[in-house]
Order: sequence, then C-alpha cells, then structure tokens
Amino acid sequence: MGKNDGFASWLEKGSQSLDLEMQDALREPEEIAQQEREMDLEDELAPRRRPKLRALEAARRGSKGTVFRRLYCVLAVLMCMGLIVFMVFSVSMMPEFGDPDTLEHSELSSFYVRNTIRDSGAANIICGIILDYRGFDTLGESHVLFIAVCTVMLLLRSPNDGEASELDAADLEEHRCEVRNDPILQIIARFVVPVIFLFGVYVVLNGHLSPGGGFSGGAILGGGMLLYLFAYGYRRTERFMTLRTFRIVSCCALVSYSALKCYHFYTGVNEIESIFTRGVYGTLFSGGMLPLLDIAVGCVVACTMYAFFTLFRKGDF
Amino acid sequence: MLLWQNIPMFLVVGSLASAAVCSVLPNRIARAWLVCAAGTACAASAFFLGKMLGYEGGSYVYKMGEFGAPYGNELLCGVMEAAVALLFTTVLFLSVLGGWRKGKQDVDGVRRNLFCTVTLLLQAALIAMTYTNDMFTGYVFIEITTIAACALICVKSRGRTMFAATRYMIMNLIGSGLFLFGLCMLYCLTGHLLFPQMKEAVAELAQTGRYDVPLFTSLVLITFGIGIKSGLYPFHTWIPNAYANATPSASAMLSSLVSKTYIFLLLKAISRVFGQETFSLVGDVLFVFSMLGIVMGSVEALFEHNVRRMIAWSSVAQIGYIFLAASLGTRAGAAAAVFHILAHSLAKSMLFLSVDRLVTVSGGKSDFRDLRGAGSRAPLAGAAFAVGAMSIVGIPMLGGFSSKMFLAQAALELAEWKCVLMLCVLAVSVVLNVAYFLRTVLTLYRDPLPRMENVQGQPAGYAFCTAMVALIALNITLGVAGGTVMDWIQTGVMLL
Repeated sequence: MGKNDGFASWLEKGSQSLDLEMQDALREPEEIAQQEREMDLEDELAPRRRPKLRALEAARRGSKGTVFRRLYCVLAVLMCMGLIVFMVFSVSMMPEFGDPDTLEHSELSSFYVRNTIRDSGAANIICGIILDYRGFDTLGESHVLFIAVCTVMLLLRSPNDGEASELDAADLEEHRCEVRNDPILQIIARFVVPVIFLFGVYVVLNGHLSPGGGFSGGAILGGGMLLYLFAYGYRRTERFMTLRTFRIVSCCALVSYSALKCYHFYTGVNEIESIFTRGVYGTLFSGGMLPLLDIAVGCVVACTMYAFFTLFRKGDF
Repeated sequence: MLLWQNIPMFLVVGSLASAAVCSVLPNRIARAWLVCAAGTACAASAFFLGKMLGYEGGSYVYKMGEFGAPYGNELLCGVMEAAVALLFTTVLFLSVLGGWRKGKQDVDGVRRNLFCTVTLLLQAALIAMTYTNDMFTGYVFIEITTIAACALICVKSRGRTMFAATRYMIMNLIGSGLFLFGLCMLYCLTGHLLFPQMKEAVAELAQTGRYDVPLFTSLVLITFGIGIKSGLYPFHTWIPNAYANATPSASAMLSSLVSKTYIFLLLKAISRVFGQETFSLVGDVLFVFSMLGIVMGSVEALFEHNVRRMIAWSSVAQIGYIFLAASLGTRAGAAAAVFHILAHSLAKSMLFLSVDRLVTVSGGKSDFRDLRGAGSRAPLAGAAFAVGAMSIVGIPMLGGFSSKMFLAQAALELAEWKCVLMLCVLAVSVVLNVAYFLRTVLTLYRDPLPRMENVQGQPAGYAFCTAMVALIALNITLGVAGGTVMDWIQTGVMLL
C-alpha cells in the first residue's frame, strides 16, 4: 500500500505541477457533473465501505488528475503517431540502400575494404575496423558493458553482504534445491559444454582471421557457463566462478585492454614503431595487438553474460 | 607531438583503467583511490590548460591511433575544450569531497566501491565527450554517462530514488535513442563520423538540396534527443525527483556535469557540423522552448517549498538559459552558452552540497521555512549557499553576472523583436530568481525558532569545508576574471 500511495501522490503532484491552469480550463461543467454521477453510482454499489476510505477515494477521483490524465493519453498517442509519420516520411527520402552514388559509399567503405589488411594485418576487416581504426569507440563500448554490470550489482546486491543472516540461510537452502539434478540435462551438458567452451575460445582467438571476435566469442563462452550452471547448480560453478573471480578477471581484462590501447594510441600518434608487428597474414599470431584485444574483450563479455544472469537470479554470486 | 599534448588521451584512458581497478578495491581504499584519481585528473587538466594557453596554434588534432581523418577516431584539443575539461574535473573532484560524509550514510557498505567505480567512469566519459571530434565517440560516451547517472541516483537505496532513477532512465533512453537515430541518418547521408568531414558533406548536401528532409530530421532528432537528456523545458519532468532525492554528491554531479556535457556536445554538433543556416529553423523552436523553460522553471521554483526541489527547478530555468544561448546559432551565442555552462556548474554544485548541510543542521527538514537560522548554525554552508544563490541570480563579481551579461550581449546581435523578447525574458527571470532565492537566503539568517536551537548534526568535516571554500573561491574567480575566461572560450568558438 505504501508504494501505491507514494505513486498516486506523485502522479497527482506531477499532474498538478505540470499544468494547473490548463486542467481547470479544460474541466467542462458537464464533465464534472458526470464525474459526480459516477461517484454516486459507485457509492450505491458499495454502500458499506468505510467512510474514511470513501472520502479518500472521492478526493482522489475529484482531483484534477483524471481529466488531465485522459488528455495526456490522447495527446501522447497523437504525438507518437505524428512522430512516426514524420520519421517514416524522412526515411523514405533517404538514399536507397546500396546506391553507389551516395556520399556514404564514396570514400570510407572502399578505403576500409582496400587497406584494412595492409594497415592492421587482420584478415577480418570488421575486426580491423572496430579494434584498430575506430579502437577508441570500442574501448568505450567495452566499458559500457562494464558499467552496466556495475549498475546491476549496485541495484541488486543485498546490503548486508558477508553477514550470514536468516534470510541468507533461507536463500542458500533455496539455491540448493533449485537444481533438480536433471540427468538428461547433466549428461548432455557434459558433452556439449566442453565443445561450447572450445568453440568460444576458437572464436575469440580467431577474431582477427574469421567472423567473430571478442564480443561474439565472449557471448558463446558466457552461454557455455550458463549451461553448466543450469545443469550442475551454483555449488559446482562457484568452484571456478565467484564474485571475486568475476571482479578480478574483468578488472585485469579491462586494465590490460586500456593499457594496450593507450600504448597503441601513443605509438600511433607519435609515430613510434610499435613492438606489436603485423606478422604473417592469415596466421594466428598476426595483426599486431588485435588478438590480445580480442581476448580482453572476450573475457569482459563472458563475465558480463554470466554476471547478469546470476545477479538477477539471486542478487549475488 | 610533445609529451604534454598526449594528456587528454592519458586522462580518458587512465580514468577508464582506474575505474576498472577501483572495482576490485575494498571500500576504504576505493575512496582514497577515487579522491586521488579525481585530484590527479584535475591537476593534469589544469596543467594542460596552462600549456594550451601558451600553445601558438590555439588547437590541434590528436589522432587516436596511427590513422587520421577520416578513417580513425580523433580528439580536438583547444583552449576552450581544456577550460571546460578543467571545470568538469574540478567540479567532480569537489562534489566527491563535499558530499562524502553524507554519502557514507546514504550508500551501503557493499555499494561504496561501486559508487567510486561509477564516478570514475563518469569522469572518463566527461573528458572524452569534451575533447572528442567524432560524433560516434560522443554517442558511446553518452551511453556511459547515462548509465553512470542512473547508478548515481539509485546508489542511495532509500526514499524515492528508485522511482526517480526509473523515470530518469526512461526519459534519458528516449533521448539517447533519438540521438542515435539522428546520428545514423546523418551518417547515411554524409558517409562520415568526424566533425570536419561531416561539415563538408553537409554543406555539399545543403547546396544540392537533394536530401533536405532527412538532413532536417536528423538535426531535429539530435537536437531534441540532447534536449530531452539534459532537461529542456517540456521534457524536464524527471529533473526535480532525480536531483532532489539523490545523495548530495550525486545531485551535484548530475546537475552540474551530466546535463552540461550533453549540451556541450550539441553545441559542437551545431557549430562544427550543421552551421547556422541549416540550424535556424530548429533554433527558433529551441528558442521558444528554452524561453518557456526559463519562465516556467522559475515559477515552479517559486511555488516549491522543499528547498532541494526548489534548486532542482532552478536547474530547469538555467538549462533554459543555456539552450537559449545555443539556439541563437551565432558565435556569440555559442560562447555565451559555454560560459553559462561554466558559471552554472560551479554555482549549482555548491548549492546542492551546501543545502544538504543546512538541512542536516535543521533536523533533516527540507522545507525552506524550517531552515531558519541554519546559516548561523552552519556558517560555511550558509555562506556557500548565499554565494551560489547570488551567482545564479546574477550579482556582480560572481560567475552568474558575467554569464548573463554575455547572454544579453549575444541577444543584441539578433533581429529586433527577438532581441527585445529575449531581454524581457531575461529580466523577468532575474526577478523570479531573486524572489525565490532571496527568501531562502533571508530565512537562513533569521533568528531560529526555539525548538531548533539545539539541533546540531555531526561536524561537517574537513573535506566538506575544503570543497566549499574552493567552490566559493572559484565562483568569485570566475566572476572577476570573466573576461579572460570568455577570451579562451571565444578562441575556441572562432575555430568552430
């Protein structure tokens, strides 16, 4: 009830402060009469309601909120429709997809297609673009994932951390029962999980050679960990993945990512020879620092996937 | 390239790395780490501004990596950017210091190091958005700023913060979405993401006139996306709850840093990409909205008794000023907007920090009528509040006065009716500002009611006192040296 009260009072407050005069102007006499009739009807239907409650409800109904809210809904729908029409109209005026005459295709795309291999040594052009040409954006993007996990932790972690209260004990019990020791799932997971892990590692390591890379490979690894979690439960996964592990792995990955990128920016702009050479095209150890960056991104993404799931499940690792 | 010219890049990457480190530190060390990192960033920014003032070219382009425009990311480092970055890092540092003791009560033990982590990420995003010369980098760091701001609101897990944070997040994500959509359209049309190349392409498109409608749409989406995110008047409804319920450090950072960086990015986009002529129609709409915001924000503040919410409403009006200056599209307008960003950041962070102390010594009541005599119970906080209020009202010798003067000067360049309208709105808003700030300041120094005489919170602590003294000094410095700062800004704006 407390929450509802807060919400209702907020709504009223909000509607009052939004536009007091407008509501008064819009409150037609008929509408007020209608409202009163409705209230009377309601009173007849529920005659035995407690007087205090009734007075409260009447106050709420009679408040300026009702008309305003109706108007607000109508206006919101109209505005959204207008916005949709406007956007669709302007998108229809955009250059055709794939039109070779547009500016979009003038310079950047052909440059990237022609020169990525030469400049970054990566066979996978996407990887060359996101980790080399526009590496700063990707550095920021990895930290978006990181700050998202931090915020979720901030929201969901129980405040009495480390103190085993009754609630925690109950929680623990619940988690023990959570996994039903389903043999089908466990047997399948026993065969599938290693393959998934291996494939994830393959995708991460070959990020600069084949489609994939840190983001996709990390997601595969995270998915593998989640499958293992479903099959065997928290007690088994906690042997290798706790909050502590998560924090240390993501911290190390991000710090080394930042450090590598910093070195890259510094050498690039100052025209110093980088110690990371491009290597032989198409081999695993090529593309300069790109494989290392892929590994760092992969670690961050895998940890993030796992962390999101476990945090939402029980608010902690 | 000289070593000091790498400072902006080191600042961004260093803040990101220090945030990652901060997440594994225990609470006590995390706090010290945050203060050290923010202080270092502040000192480095000051050093960089000093070097920049002596740099002959006025500005230079810093390639992020070995590939320059148009293929890679770039930073543009100029005097204006350096000054704004210095302000942002300083205000962040002082907000952290000034609100720490209260933050300890508001923030649970497990959350403290996350709070520090989020603050450091916010710092990185602020610096990156200030220096960036690339639209998409701007968007990436807008994302970080948005999430960080949400986290800062809901780090205090009591009261209505969750509700305020939800509202904040919904409105801000709508804003981000619109911005991203506009950016995508612009990229499709121009084929570039860096400001200078985009500008050339936009000029070319405007000449041929072939894609006028999509260009206009992308401008509208970018402008109003940012408008929603920073609380332009009709989209301001998230402001009062978010600012009034967060922990004081967070309120200070949100009101004086987060919404301001968005506007700074918008200013860059307007003057470095679109140009005055393309912008003029959207500018007129923005002009109307921001004038409404100036008046309505002040009126709402006048009717508000909760002092925190009153300051938050005043923010709505101040955002209106900045958008008003930005909407002119002229160089003088852009310079006035940047100056107002500086003046308002310094004043508003000080108000939010000091008002918390005043409320504490008044028994935790935040109605302004209950603050009677709080100014004598907490002299430093009272002085800070008075200085902040006077700066926002626009008393000479303080930052707010100079910024209003520059705003009025920018108005003089306009067409006659527009100029008169703008000056009238400025005059009305000053009167309203005086009305609601003066009554609060006067209440602070009236004789306390007998029941309040014995209310004494815990002592304010050195950190708070340092922050307050520094902020008061900075406000006065900005007021006295307004001309010099304006020169720096104008050199920056000339390059646009």
